[in-house]
Amino acid sequence: MPEQKTIAATGNIFVAEAMRQCAPDVMAAYPITPQTTIVEEYAKFVAQGKVHTEYVTVESEHSAMSACVGASAAGARVMTATSSQGLALMWEELHIASGMRLPIVMANANRALSAPINIHCDHSDVMGARDTGWVILFAETAQEAYDNTIVACRVAEDPDVLLPVMTCLDGFITTHSIDRGQTIDDETVKAFVGERKPDYALLDTANPVSHGSFAGLGGPFFEFKRSQRDAIDRSKPVVERVGAEWSKIVGRPFGLIETWGLEDADVAVVVIGSSAGNARHVARQLRAEGGTKAAVVKIRCFRPFPAAELAAALKGMKAVAVLDRAESFGAEGGPLFLETRSALYDLERRVPVVNYIYGLGGADVKLELMRRVYSDLSDIASGAAAAEGLRYLGAR
Amino acid sequence: MQQLTEIRWHARAGQGAVTAAKLVADTALELDQYIQAMPEYGPERMGAPIQAFTRLSAAPIEIHCNIEDPNVVVVLDESLLPIVDVARGLTADGTIIVNTCKTPEEIRRELGIDHGHVATVDASGISLATLKRDIPNTPMIGALAKVTGLFTLEQVADHLRKSFGKKFTAEVVDANVESVTRAYREVAAA
Repeated sequence: MPEQKTIAATGNIFVAEAMRQCAPDVMAAYPITPQTTIVEEYAKFVAQGKVHTEYVTVESEHSAMSACVGASAAGARVMTATSSQGLALMWEELHIASGMRLPIVMANANRALSAPINIHCDHSDVMGARDTGWVILFAETAQEAYDNTIVACRVAEDPDVLLPVMTCLDGFITTHSIDRGQTIDDETVKAFVGERKPDYALLDTANPVSHGSFAGLGGPFFEFKRSQRDAIDRSKPVVERVGAEWSKIVGRPFGLIETWGLEDADVAVVVIGSSAGNARHVARQLRAEGGTKAAVVKIRCFRPFPAAELAAALKGMKAVAVLDRAESFGAEGGPLFLETRSALYDLERRVPVVNYIYGLGGADVKLELMRRVYSDLSDIASGAAAAEGLRYLGAR
Repeated sequence: MQQLTEIRWHARAGQGAVTAAKLVADTALELDQYIQAMPEYGPERMGAPIQAFTRLSAAPIEIHCNIEDPNVVVVLDESLLPIVDVARGLTADGTIIVNTCKTPEEIRRELGIDHGHVATVDASGISLATLKRDIPNTPMIGALAKVTGLFTLEQVADHLRKSFGKKFTAEVVDANVESVTRAYREVAAA
């Protein structure tokens, strides 16, 4: 196993380091809290001559993603990072990047969207981008943010995929907390990600092609979108395969979903990102106290959505709580709840599912709040309470 | 070391609490501990009350939230005592360390707590004498090491030399080591 170095750093520094090791040809970026230290650190690598990357400073996120689209179509390996309003401003280009099948890798520091103004963590930004055709990975820790970045590079450029990948980490909680983790040597990452070999590079003047052309009324456009669906469906086994390969090198788990305590659990919590650890911590405490036997299911890959894996994990549970760090105003619950309940629909035995909206705008995910979720699940499992109503965890 | 040690830092922005939270984490990392260090990010401006957090553990740390029930509370500015409930959630055998000229008994009365341990050290005075400026963060780490037994004086000094050595002159590094050493010796506990 290659030598790994144990360091203490913020999630953003881990991401910047992974990007340096993947050695993109182009980075076009615009700063926004709490993402800024990623592109700032990367700018230092450029200034110090540690990378060959063409660093394009742009005047907005709209331009950042536009430059990424152009550079990626030209045949370059391209990376960037954004957050919140920045991601929102990229809305047009997010669709163009996936529609042009460009393997751009972008880190997103999950942050609330205005109004009211807030710079702290929730998943409103990325959940708003969930239907843009990007593969979406989430990190629980700085370590996972590092691993996801490297895996994303391979997945995006896989000939069976050719789609942009967003790697998300929780704003401040993961981006700015100093955490212990490991980095691996440059050569190992270089060998793992390889070189981008585009089939239809715009700069390949010997073989001229058009990108992003007009596909008019009906037919070709419709067929194209169908092929895009096939591509993201195909990305699922690729994420699994590449993740497993990376897992073998570094000795850390990588799954579409990651489960804890499933074997003998009566109830389960489904969660994304940094709060998964809080859920496991409290589940462990409850077991030690002889209380509820709970499992925790963490979603690491949100797009493509691991519906079958989730159904297999949650089958037989007496009650399931889905924790959403984003609203879907006017819907029956948050985005993760809608997808999870749908994934469970085809099970023979109905699993009661209850939805909690939590931690919006960085509201602290206190352990006592997590305890309340398990207590509610216990009541639902015993038949003392019904699994109904959208619950706002800890909101006054 | 016990399984998980949670340290909450109370200070005013500009006093170096965030740096201290990180220094303690880095020192523990060198002893192969698992660590977390983070400030509570808000609309900071110089002088505003802030909190920072450090977690240390022999095992991986999986929780991500503020520290509600600290084993250790470090207060860098005693003017916070009447306006911030610094002892909030302090564990039964926890320790609170305050930068002050007062005795531990006096501070205990001010805090109105009858559990845990109270320690005091004139970190500002030490800082003024050694660094010629009131930056009480490094002396408070010396006091923390002594009172909690988390680190030896040598471990703190070694890390400080390594970490500050990259950024500051030998004179500044020596002054910091001196302030840590004095606080380690002078901290009073009750």
